[in-house]
Parts: sequence; structure tokens; C-alpha cells
Amino acid sequence: MPVPSSSAERTLSTTLASNLIDYHRLIDNVADQLAELGWEYPNLFAVRMALEESISNAIRHGNNEDPAKRVHVECRLSPVRFWSKIVDEGAGFNPSAVPDCCAPERLEVPGGRGLALIKAYMTSVEYNECGNCLTMEKRLDVRREAIGDADGEG
Amino acid sequence: MPSPQRLDVNESGSITVIRFRDQKIIDPVAIQELGQELFDLVEKEDRRKIILNFGNVEFLSSAALGKLITFEKKVKRIGAELILTNISPEIFQVFSITNLDKLFKIKDTEADALAVL
Repeated sequence: MPVPSSSAERTLSTTLASNLIDYHRLIDNVADQLAELGWEYPNLFAVRMALEESISNAIRHGNNEDPAKRVHVECRLSPVRFWSKIVDEGAGFNPSAVPDCCAPERLEVPGGRGLALIKAYMTSVEYNECGNCLTMEKRLDVRREAIGDADGEG
Repeated sequence: MPSPQRLDVNESGSITVIRFRDQKIIDPVAIQELGQELFDLVEKEDRRKIILNFGNVEFLSSAALGKLITFEKKVKRIGAELILTNISPEIFQVFSITNLDKLFKIKDTEADALAVL
């Protein structure tokens, strides 16, 4: 389970309304700060995609865009690590029950690609037991195949 | 039909070349509007050979992918042809991760697409 660790990391913590507009400022802020920390374009794209999909999923599917509900986002940023926890106020879901959007017979189904993108762009992705809390992490110091990882051997 | 707000539409002979005006396709209203503009081109204006140029697109969400998939189904249903071009490496990776590079016909450039339409 990825957990917050270094005291040298920058932290952001915010509570978002359940609309599909306001959270873009948070994503811009995270990307700007990571750029200041030396992150380059492919990895910034990866973080943007993971935040876009995870927060919009929390608003759209978790909270059903209920204005009475909020999404809580915590981020920790360092030159080599992006970590985030996204918590919605919905009933949760079972991520393993989400159909594989990449299966040939489902290619023409318009929805359900957000989770596949989050998993592809992050080093690790975990949901809590009830499925309303997503923790994800991208490490640039780990040699692996995470998409966009400029430090990978390619 | 109202003038396009999200797309630049040009004719090249019998071929319709479409460019997105938005660099980031993430706003739900924008996605809805550009989807409707695309649908109108095939359903109301009877365009049958379409090039969708992604040269201006820096980022798009899975919601935008969903709209493109719906468009592709409409195109296929009426027997039209659709080719995507000028996709940046990062955007192409999004198509590749979701296997949509197998659903859509993709060429490097508009010229490549014009050559086969």
C-alpha cells in the first residue's frame, strides 16, 4: 500500500465540490508544482490523466454529482514521487467488477476507460475495501514500465 | 445548422477535414458540444469521408474518448469513412492503452489520410 513518507515532500489538501469544472484548477496547480520540481512533459501528462480520471470518477460515479457531497483530495509531491488519495462520499464500488474496456468485444462501448488509464499511468493504484477511496502513486525512481516514466529504460 | 464552435471544418474535394479548436478536451459541456457538431456532420450534412485532425489536441479525457467512440459507431452505421490523423505521441498512447488504436483507422498526417480516402 503506497503511503505518504518523506518530510521533504510538498503537500496539497483540498475539498472539492461535486461538479466537473472546479477540480481542473487543482490539477493545473499539481502539474505546475511538479514542473517546478523538475518533472517533464510525459510524466506530467501521466499525472494529469490519473488525476483527471480519478477525480471525475469520484464526482460522476462516486458522488453522482450530488451538490451536497464533496470529494477530498490529498497530494504529496517530490522530485521523484507523486502520491494522491481521492475520497468521495458515495457508497463505493467494486473495481474488480468493472468490465475490461479493452476487450475486443467492448471496444465500441463508450464508457469505462478511466480506470484503465489510471492503472496504466501510475506505478501503483489501490482502492479501499468499499471502493470510495483511491490511493495512487507514481515513482520516477523505480525502473518499471509505468507509462510516461521518463526514467525507465524504455 | 449553427456555426461550429468546437471544430474547424474544411472541405478538400469530397473529403471533410475537421480540426479541434480546444487544446484540452475535458470540459463536459465542450465534449457534448463537439460531439453534437460531429454527429451533425454525418447525420444532417451527409458527409461521408471524414478526416479528424488531432494536431491541436494536447490532452483529452476518457469522456472525450467515449464521444469519439459514439461518433465512430454512427459513421460506421451509415457507411461513411473516418480517419484520425496528426495524433501526438502522448495522445496516441491514450488510444493504445485503451485499445482504441484497433477501433479507429489512424494515419500520421492529413496527406496520408487523403491518399487513401
